[in-house]
Amino acid sequence: MSENGLLTVAGLSKLFPVKKRTYSLRVRNFIHAVDGLSFSVERGEVFGLVGESGCGKTTTGKLIVKLLDPTAGAVLLGGENTASIRRGKPLRAFRRRVQMIFQDPYESLNPRFTVFDTVAEPLVVQNRHSVAERERAVAEILVAVGLAPPETFMFRFPHELSGGQRQRVSIARAMVIHPDFVAADEPTSMLDVSIRAGIMELLLGLRADLGVSYLYITHDLAVARYMCNRIGVMYLGKIVELGPAEEVVQNSLHPYTQALIASVPVPDPTYHRQPGEIKGDVAAPIDPPARCRFYPRCPRGDKQCEEVSHPPLDELQPGHFVACYKASAQSRG
Amino acid sequence: MALLTVQDLTMHYRTKLGGVHAVDGVSFAMAEGEAIGLVGESGCGKTSVAMALLRLLPDNAQILGGEILFEGRDLVKLSEHEMRKVRWRSISMVFQAAMNSLNPVYRVGQQIIEAIQQHLSVSEREARSRVAEHYNLVGLDPKLMDRYPHEYSGGMKQRAVIAMALACSPKLIIADEPTTALDVIVQDRILRRINEVRAEFNMAMMYISHDIAVIAEVAERIGVMYAGWIVEMADTVSVFKHPAHPYTIALMSAFPSIKGDKRVLAQLPGEPPNLLAPPSGCRFHPRCPHATAECVDEAPRLEEIDKGHFVSCWHPQRRSQ
Ligand SMILES: Nc1ncnc2c1ncn2[C@@H]1O[C@H](COP(=O)(O)OP(=O)(O)OP(=O)(O)O)[C@@H](O)[C@H]1O
Ligand SMILES: Nc1ncnc2c1ncn2[C@@H]1O[C@H](COP(=O)(O)OP(=O)(O)OP(=O)(O)O)[C@@H](O)[C@H]1O
Ligand code: SF4
Ligand SMILES: [Mg+2]
Ligand SMILES: [Mg+2]
Repeated sequence: MSENGLLTVAGLSKLFPVKKRTYSLRVRNFIHAVDGLSFSVERGEVFGLVGESGCGKTTTGKLIVKLLDPTAGAVLLGGENTASIRRGKPLRAFRRRVQMIFQDPYESLNPRFTVFDTVAEPLVVQNRHSVAERERAVAEILVAVGLAPPETFMFRFPHELSGGQRQRVSIARAMVIHPDFVAADEPTSMLDVSIRAGIMELLLGLRADLGVSYLYITHDLAVARYMCNRIGVMYLGKIVELGPAEEVVQNSLHPYTQALIASVPVPDPTYHRQPGEIKGDVAAPIDPPARCRFYPRCPRGDKQCEEVSHPPLDELQPGHFVACYKASAQSRG
Repeated sequence: MALLTVQDLTMHYRTKLGGVHAVDGVSFAMAEGEAIGLVGESGCGKTSVAMALLRLLPDNAQILGGEILFEGRDLVKLSEHEMRKVRWRSISMVFQAAMNSLNPVYRVGQQIIEAIQQHLSVSEREARSRVAEHYNLVGLDPKLMDRYPHEYSGGMKQRAVIAMALACSPKLIIADEPTTALDVIVQDRILRRINEVRAEFNMAMMYISHDIAVIAEVAERIGVMYAGWIVEMADTVSVFKHPAHPYTIALMSAFPSIKGDKRVLAQLPGEPPNLLAPPSGCRFHPRCPHATAECVDEAPRLEEIDKGHFVSCWHPQRRSQ
């Protein structure tokens, strides 16, 4: 993986303790929500994180923007470890560069704040702009996100906006300070279809205009294919496959990615899809055994997979990484 | 003969701010064993159509006109008592977000047994064996009947809710967003299972979804709804390959796909209309690239532009996708 990435995640892990009814108080269990993730995002790149519910996408996003502290591993921004950033000036400087857009436009906006208050807040926190500068910056970004003319939106409250307009407000809020990096957590999944495409184009346009990079979190592979340069596929806290978006979607090598892709409905009634090969249901990653996380559901797993530890993410083709013992056997002949 | 014929169905919700025109002049027919899809964005009236068919409407709702002929009888005219015999036994429904409505303090199997006993005079034992049979049908282990909802995963709950809808062997099942909250792998398994069961028992099915990819795979015919209207209705291939209504055209190209070439997504200007005060004339005219004065002034009617292909538009488009 490239070393001159804007943002690098190295061995990142987050364990959450779980309460379990047990007679021995000494037993503590942990959910391995994020488990030794490593990847890096280039300047101006859209890096997608896909996977099913509970695989650790949101936790990864929150670790990167420092809404959560990692259990292990590090996040580097421009080569610098962000772990030491705690409060005050360094944290403000960090927030100027790194922002997050949340999944639910209904929950992420303060109902008592006007659009202006919400969007201007990151500028207020930075405390570097005059009132006139703030007003200009807010008006500019509202136009950029399609809330024009800005005067007609600035003094509305969230309940006076539609879902699409609310999501535009949260995007404006993340973008108003022109960050270098934005973690966008399912930014369109709550929106109507006719509005969704507009928000996707908006995010891509802002990347071109402002040069921002994204971590784009989605459970929808078709959306990831459309939005992202590269995609990382997560399963139970691990990235199991990582590569150029088209490669991962058209030429997936990991059995989990293959099953996932085989299950995505295709908006073409003349296309006949074969069912994916996958067993059972996903389990919560509570103190998982060392072996491959996907082994219990894998159609290809054998004794080797069961007995040795989780496979490393190997570069099987240039830029295309896969964590599977059988995938490597397959393509190395 | 058609199993179901809906003619000019119109339903309003009365609210403090006025009437919400949620279902307006909706007409369509379904044959026995047929699978139709109802697609459209949030708030366009999909659930309202379903609830009107079953006459499960809130107090502020009112059917203002039209008829719902099911096996030759007009459901609009039936008494509540007669309607109760139709629900579950002849027409059943998998409600939107139904998996969240299972009662957490009762065993799942027991809830289904009670639902059966409310509608059929069968013994507890018979009802129980019926539930076990339907658990098998939807791919659930009958042993799970005696477990509580919190012991089920989302996919298992949804299967149980589908088993409940199947339990009285209805002629028609309405499934309102049956897999929307589920991950794709689980969704795929459930949809395949529903399709098998439907084919085996020759049940008619009405799928409601905002996801055109899901509808493409399960429906034989599709009705596209916009702001309380059916704006286009045709067989599935025609709707996807030769959409004629400008809204359908936009909808079809607003979805990315994992197959085929990557293409730029269509964007529609504006927002879906407020149904308290829908636009004059064609309800789509404020967002339509082809709108003319005629569209602003007068509402188009659903007309047959090809055999079995109905469109409600003054300027239906004739290009292929
Ligand atoms: N604060 C927390 N305490 C305990 N467990 C948590 C916490 N946050 C997340 N988890 C668990 O960590 C795992 C990963 O959760 P996360 O929200 O990151 O998944 P996700 O991929 O974003 O899922 P979704 O697609 O449903 O949003 C899940 O098993 C979840 O239950
Ligand atoms: N009880 C009610 N009182 C007043 N208005 C209602 C009521 N129920 C629904 N509506 C309104 O009627 C319209 C149609 O709602 P409906 O639930 O049928 O839409 P839908 O197509 O099923 O949407 P979704 O995809 O979000 O489920 C919406 O504008 C909705 O706000
Ligand atoms: S009737 Fe007019 S406004 Fe409505 S969809 Fe057709 S062209 Fe557009
Ligand atoms: Mg999440
Ligand atoms: Mg609905």
